[in-house]
Formats: sequence, C-alpha cells, structure tokens
Amino acid sequence: MVNVTRNAWIPHAVLLLGLALVLFPVYVAFVASTLTLRDILDAPMTLVPGPNLLANYREALALGTAGTNGQPVGAMMLNSLVMALAIAIGKIAISLPSAYAVTFFRFPLRRVCFWAIFVTLMLPVEVRIIPTYKIAADLGLIDTYPGLALPLIASATATLLFRQFFLTIPDELVEAAKLDGAGPWRFLIHMVIPLSRTNIAALFVILFIYGWNQYLWPLLVTNTPAMTTIVVGIRQMIGNGDAQTAWHLVMATALLALLPPIAVVGLMQRWFVKGLIEPEK
Amino acid sequence: MTFVFFFWPAGQAALQSVQRGDAFGLATRFAGLENFASVLGDPLYLASVEVTAVFSLAVAVLALAPGLLLAVMADKVVRGAAFYKTVLLLPYAVAPAIAGVLWLFLFNPSVGIVAAALRRAGIDLNYLLNGPEALLLVILAAAWKQISYNFLFFLAGLQAIPKTLVEAAAIDGAGPHRRFWRIVFPLLAPISFFLLVVNIVYAFFDTFGIIHNVTQGGPAQATEILVYKVWYDGVVGLDLGGSAAQSVILMAIVIALTAIQFRFIERRVHYG
Repeated sequence: MVNVTRNAWIPHAVLLLGLALVLFPVYVAFVASTLTLRDILDAPMTLVPGPNLLANYREALALGTAGTNGQPVGAMMLNSLVMALAIAIGKIAISLPSAYAVTFFRFPLRRVCFWAIFVTLMLPVEVRIIPTYKIAADLGLIDTYPGLALPLIASATATLLFRQFFLTIPDELVEAAKLDGAGPWRFLIHMVIPLSRTNIAALFVILFIYGWNQYLWPLLVTNTPAMTTIVVGIRQMIGNGDAQTAWHLVMATALLALLPPIAVVGLMQRWFVKGLIEPEK
Repeated sequence: MTFVFFFWPAGQAALQSVQRGDAFGLATRFAGLENFASVLGDPLYLASVEVTAVFSLAVAVLALAPGLLLAVMADKVVRGAAFYKTVLLLPYAVAPAIAGVLWLFLFNPSVGIVAAALRRAGIDLNYLLNGPEALLLVILAAAWKQISYNFLFFLAGLQAIPKTLVEAAAIDGAGPHRRFWRIVFPLLAPISFFLLVVNIVYAFFDTFGIIHNVTQGGPAQATEILVYKVWYDGVVGLDLGGSAAQSVILMAIVIALTAIQFRFIERRVHYG
C-alpha cells in the first residue's frame, strides 16, 4: 500500500553518499599507503593507488619507523592480537561460570554478588585508571601480557549478558535434566554451553574488537617499545615537527590496525549484529 | 560445587571493590575534600568541563542524525540492503585512535587532501594552531566512527515497527513526511534516547585515543576533555590526588547517566 516505487532512487542515492562518507577516509589512507613519501608530500596527493603497496607494507611490518625506535609493526600486531584474544577468551571464561552461578544457584549473598558485579558495569577503565595502575604496578604487571589483559578482563558486561540469556532457559529444562540425574556440571556442559553457542560467538566478536581497540590502558601499562600495541604505537610514528613523518608507513600501519577487527566483524557479522542489539533491547 | 561457583563471582567482585576502594581512598583518606575543592575551583578544569559538554553534544548529534537518516533509507531499500549494511557497519570495528589518525591525515595542513581542497576554496584550516578548528576535527573523527553503531540500532528499531501501522496511516491519507514524523519517529523515541546516552558516554570516555592522537588536548587546552585531563594530570602532571578527585567526579557522572538509562529501560519494560 505504501508507495515504494516512486522516487526509489532517493534511498539509494543517500545510502551511496553515506557509503562514500564512511569509506573516503579509509580509501585515502589506502592510496597513501601505496605511494612513496615524496608523492604524498607533493600536496595535494593523487587519489589513484601507486605501485609501492608491497614495499611499504613490508617495510612497516618488518622494520617499523624511527618514531617507534625501530620496533616493527609486525611485533606490535602480535602484541595486539595476544591482548585482544586474552581479553575475549578470558572474559568469556570468567563470566560464563559466574553468570551460571548467579542465575541457577541459590547461595547466601547471591544478591550481593550480583550487585557487586553489576556496579562494576558502570565504571569503565578510563575512570579508574590511576588506582588500577597502582595495583598493576604493585603486582609487577607493568610491561607484561597479563598486565595488558587482566585489568580489562575484570569487568562485568559479559556476566550480565550471559545472565540475561540464562534467564530465558526454561525451568522445565532444568528440572528435566535434574530428573535424568544430571548434576550442575553436566547441565552446564551438556545443556547451557551448547544453547549459548551463538551468544558466545557474538560476545567473542564484541570483546575482540574491544580488546584490540583499547588505547588508554596499553598506553599506561607498557613502557618498553617491545610491548606496545599497534593502536598505541601508531601515535609514536607521527612526528611532532622535529622529524618528517613517514606518512606512507603511518597509513600502511593504520590499515594494518584496521584489518583484523574488520575481518572479524565481516566474517561473523550475523552473530555479531544479533549479539550487539539483542541484549541491549 | 556451589562453592566453586560462588568463589568465582565473589573473587571477581572483591578484586573490583579493591580497585574502587582505592580510588576513594586516595581521594578521601589523605586529603579530605581539599582535592575536590581545588579541582572545582580550577578555571582550567571548568574550561575542560565546557569543552567536554560541547564535544559530547556535538558528537552525539552528528553521529545520531546521519545514523537515523541512513537507517531510514536502508529500511526502504530492498536490493543491495545487505551490502549497504555490511559497509556501513565497518567503522564500528575501527579503533577511535585509528579513526583519529585517518582524519588527521585528511586535514593535515601540509599533506591532507581535504585541507588542500579547502584551501583552494579559500578556507585555510589549521588545527594545529586554531582551537575551534581542532575541536571540530576531533568531533568529526569521533562522530564518523559512531555512525555505524547508531545506524545498526535505528535500523533494528525501524524493522521492529509493524508495517500495518504505517500502512493504516497511508490509507488515512498521510503523506510520507507525515507518516515519518507522526508515527515512525515517536515509535523510535525510546531507542533514540537510549542511543543518546550511549553516544554521550562514548564521547566522554572512548574518545581519549582520538584526542591523544590528533591534538593532545591542544592547542591551548581547546580540546582537553575530562578524561584526557584525568590522564594528563595524573600521569604526566603527577598530581595523583587531583586526578583521583577528577576520577571520582567522572564516576559520579557515569553513574548518573547509567541510572537515567536504567530508569528508562525499566519504564519501557513496564509499558511493554
């Protein structure tokens, strides 16, 4: 009934404009990463990709730039990867059992536990940086992988999401499992985990991106260039006037930093969208 | 068995309570309310509050409006919808810090192509020297990244609106504009409000990477938002007490925002 055929081109035009706006900065960065530094400095640079794609990426990955003390971007990517995976897996591994406990078991202080977890939701790392940093320093975690990952694992978003999902598991199912003689462990492993497979996948994507894109905490907790993550390391490549910024390498690094999270989102889009929207609705 | 499961959340909670306890400990035990008084009396801090307010409102508006527009359009399109959706989703995966670098490159006075194009049009931008221009640049970068998140939620919201409602309005003779403003938009109001809070929280905290990469709070504190100031005073300036006091104030702001949000969610659940 609602007329859709007339002016059908308008939505497409607006969407294409939106796409252009979204892609333009990334495209410019891509072009810059295929040019030589001389081409870029000869402003305004061209918008046609140049021939130096492989050479630039090889240089960035293996050698890095002067600004990062010769720390190769490849090593930074590895640091980022370890950190992102540790955060994603660690958070899921902790929050799944704790959500299970809060949802299915009755024990003293259950409500207190739930609220204690819940309150931490409200406080992003950025707010508690200084105290957290002090604790990390006391525990000797500066410049280590656990130091990068642990403080970010300790928050409750995932627990809450799992709890919300567990609440939708019908009581009949729990009772049926009990009648069949399954203990809590068996119920967790054979019923709850298979049921929440999509949620785990979605959460993994969200947490991986969250971990990969962390900025402030890695900036604080790493002092040696060898432990820098790529998202933080790129900052040091942009000169502050004293040295010429190697823009072609900076842009290559920026694209390298974009690629893994984008790949994860692209590959797991279906679960990710579901996981992102549903718990918050 | 129960004990094992009890142990995990309890341990986790204990760890976090230590972290929070320390924040309050630093702020209250050693200096009383002096830190708060000096922070609130500091003109630089008040300037930072102002910058943060302008920044987060601008980011929220600039990220919400295009997100809504694109979602409305994507809701109408049948062919290619999946393609549009996938591409528009991509900036969500981009780190704020990297988004900052991309925009910095576009607007860099010596190499940026947008800066060059604007200069030819007679507009000479230099975010390194001009405060408001620097603020504009970080706002653009921050909003750019957030559009996809808003788009996703608006699209989901739109698709949840029953088609029969819109069709009934069409039969009653309401034109497309009227249908949108009288029916679709009010139905989207709850989700818009939710997104407004999320966007403001995003602008408050997640944009640290953009600020640190692009302007470092400068020129002359023109882009120094509160989170950046907490970090700068605490880590660079080593004023731990002042920084902790600022953390506590920020914490209060987040809790207030979250409380508003939960209130609203409860209400929505209530009315179904």
